Amino acid sequence: MTAALLTVSSLSKRFGGLVAVKNVSFDVAAGEITGLLGPNGSGKTTVLNMISGSFKPSAGAIELAGARLSGLPAHKIAALGVARTFQLVRILPSLTVAENVLAALAFRRERLWGVEAKERADALLEEVGLSGRGRESAADLTYIDQKRMELARALAAEPRLLLLDEWLAGLNPGELRVGIDLIAGLREKGVTILLVEHVMEAVRALCGRAVVMNAGVKIAEGNTAKVLENPEVVQAYLGGEDA
Amino acid sequence: MLVTTIINGLVLGGTYALLAMGLTIQYGIARIMNLAYGETIIAAAFLAFVLNSTLGVAPLVSLLVAAPAGFALSYLIYGLMLHPLVKRSKGRASLEVDSILATFGLLFVIQGVMLVFFGGNYISYTYMNFGIDILGSSVAANRLTALILALVLGGGLYLLLTRTLWGTALRAVSVAPQSAPLVGIDADRAARFAFALGGALATCGGVVISMYQTFTASSGVIFTMKALIVVILGGVGNLAGALSAGLLLGLVETLVATYVSPGLTLAAVYFIFLGVLLWRPSGLFGRAR
Amino acid sequence: MMKGAFVWAIFALTLAVLAAAPFFLEAYGLGLLIGLLGYVTLASAWGLFSGRTGYVSLATVAFFGVGAYAVAALNEVLPYPLVLLVAALAGLGLALAVGLSTLRLAGVYFVIFTFGLAELVRQLVTWYEINVTGTLGRYIFMDLGPEHIYWQLLALAAATLFITWRIDRSRLGLALRVIADDEVVAAHLGIDLARTKLALFALSSVIVTLVGAIQAPRWTYIEPAIVFNPTVSFLTLVMALLGGASRLWGPALGAVPLFLLFEWLSANFPNHYSILLGLLFIAIVFALPKGVFAFAEMHLKTRGGEKRIVPVEAESKP
Repeated sequence: MTAALLTVSSLSKRFGGLVAVKNVSFDVAAGEITGLLGPNGSGKTTVLNMISGSFKPSAGAIELAGARLSGLPAHKIAALGVARTFQLVRILPSLTVAENVLAALAFRRERLWGVEAKERADALLEEVGLSGRGRESAADLTYIDQKRMELARALAAEPRLLLLDEWLAGLNPGELRVGIDLIAGLREKGVTILLVEHVMEAVRALCGRAVVMNAGVKIAEGNTAKVLENPEVVQAYLGGEDA
Repeated sequence: MLVTTIINGLVLGGTYALLAMGLTIQYGIARIMNLAYGETIIAAAFLAFVLNSTLGVAPLVSLLVAAPAGFALSYLIYGLMLHPLVKRSKGRASLEVDSILATFGLLFVIQGVMLVFFGGNYISYTYMNFGIDILGSSVAANRLTALILALVLGGGLYLLLTRTLWGTALRAVSVAPQSAPLVGIDADRAARFAFALGGALATCGGVVISMYQTFTASSGVIFTMKALIVVILGGVGNLAGALSAGLLLGLVETLVATYVSPGLTLAAVYFIFLGVLLWRPSGLFGRAR
Repeated sequence: MMKGAFVWAIFALTLAVLAAAPFFLEAYGLGLLIGLLGYVTLASAWGLFSGRTGYVSLATVAFFGVGAYAVAALNEVLPYPLVLLVAALAGLGLALAVGLSTLRLAGVYFVIFTFGLAELVRQLVTWYEINVTGTLGRYIFMDLGPEHIYWQLLALAAATLFITWRIDRSRLGLALRVIADDEVVAAHLGIDLARTKLALFALSSVIVTLVGAIQAPRWTYIEPAIVFNPTVSFLTLVMALLGGASRLWGPALGAVPLFLLFEWLSANFPNHYSILLGLLFIAIVFALPKGVFAFAEMHLKTRGGEKRIVPVEAESKP
């Protein structure tokens, strides 16, 4: 196993009296895709939100290559090299498709602005399958294209760690194939990814390692195929979801 | 001296609490940030003044006119002016901006009407202006009446909202406006009612104020400001919070006016507001969001 | 780029014609033009911050008054350029104090805070004058002719429009549009929300303060009730909204017809002025949520097609 890029240790989050995440620890290795799995309400997205800085942890620590993320505001975490997509796709509707990507380029660690940024935005859009559509209004895109654009925006930051929150949810089988190929292509380029996903087909195809949560605690971690056979994991999924 | 100050502070605070309750209902349930709220208060103060000085009607009796008038007028304002904005708004944020702007315009209209009728002079009249002995210090009867009124109205409202089915429906709308219709609550009607109820409380507050304070056609802004601050201090939509914060504010103001300088009361109020914004934006008595 | 050069030429020509105006106009006309330029600048400065961030500021006159009062207090002590500098710094200080405490929070807190700010500053100045200096009201004696005031205002107005134009094309401008669309996304892209808003609020407030400072000598006699008149905040808001607060030229174009209308109204209906103002304002909020020019544009774009509902651009964020 290569060195850990992201280290999450004893992470907890309380909302009032509710404990959403309890004492969760895991590592994400550089250059790998790690899956963060678990039934609905198990606290996966909350963990992701704490890593990206949407929420502040109640306890515990998050480190990216030795730099502490926990407690920092979102924009500082972004500046340290963490980018993300959102569970419900969040486009910037009044901007054009290219401007959505430009916004990420303009505020990343190595700022890009002007002609160079425009060229880079076009290249990124091409990479996610939106070539030549930069001038369209972001609000007019179809759902899958909005997801593509959101991915391009996240990639524009040239993140050290990319967080994908159910990026493949809601796609039809054809689109899913395209989506999986897109993420697999990122792995080839060496992007480290932590993804929250319900689509098991994608998890098996993409994630070398997986962390499984249930009711706010980690119940398994390791090789994806093995983890998914773990009786406790099977139980959590069968018991936790209306199958 | 101190006892008198404290009692006077609580009396003033009772009025503030009453005013803030109306505003917290309008903002918490009807989702309207009403910047013309203070003008409703002053309009009622003028009504009480006119009824008293021309017909000799006691302010306590004029409440019977003011409250229904405030209710009806607010109902009308909501229906004519605010409901279209609610309907066209796409979310809470855009409604907030629209309602702020529209009621800011309304502020100038109501203030303008009052200026036309009454001019810009300070107005006051005497009513129950005799001392009553409490704990060895003399408190003006009109102020005491104001406190009792505030407590009775506030308490009644609290019971209405917490003990009746209708009140429960209103509170449901305040907590979850989208889901309220799912359980058969007409959110639109609830909002209209809440706004009108808030207006009625504002007019009651105005009558109460006129009994012991001087006011002018342009004092509305200050009352809106104070009511808003009490609402924030108490937590939006929180009646008990509004009561406690109102009493606190009245106390602080009176202490500052007595021991520091009457010219600095608003500054003191702002200072508290600032402190709360920095320290606990969800309000002193609100739940942390 | 031909079009760009053309626009610049028009801008320069207009500026030149306006700069020459004092040589042709009578005192009344020049006075009118000074008032107009004042509001063009105020509305543009308001739009620069509120139109681009969605934080509705109701405190224009607080800054305006601080500027005017600074001149009144210092005009006999310091040379004029220094007086302007001190006034600008006072406005900056107030803006930072207000901004640092409210701009991290939801827009509604900012609105509430600014709603009472002018009254607060007015009471504080009054208290200070009565208790410390012992006088209320000050005289300004300066040998600045109206044409000098006019030229200063013209320069400030041009600078405001130019700065706004530059900002709209800069990274800061893009940051503002991202923030207006989605604050969560903005933060995750690495945009420091609080700093961006604070910078813009400070800039806008300093401009407003300078308008008050430059116009102050026109009054000769100044007291808190005069320079902290809430109608100024109100008019600025109406003008910016009518023209379209988030556009470069919107507030200025809104200011011209409304200023003339207000002049006429206050001359002909002095008693019903505020009622008419309020009604007009409500009508504008109702009919044209994004301003007249946005309204015209929208109709040109969608003529024949289905109408798209455009949300108010000035949105505060929860």
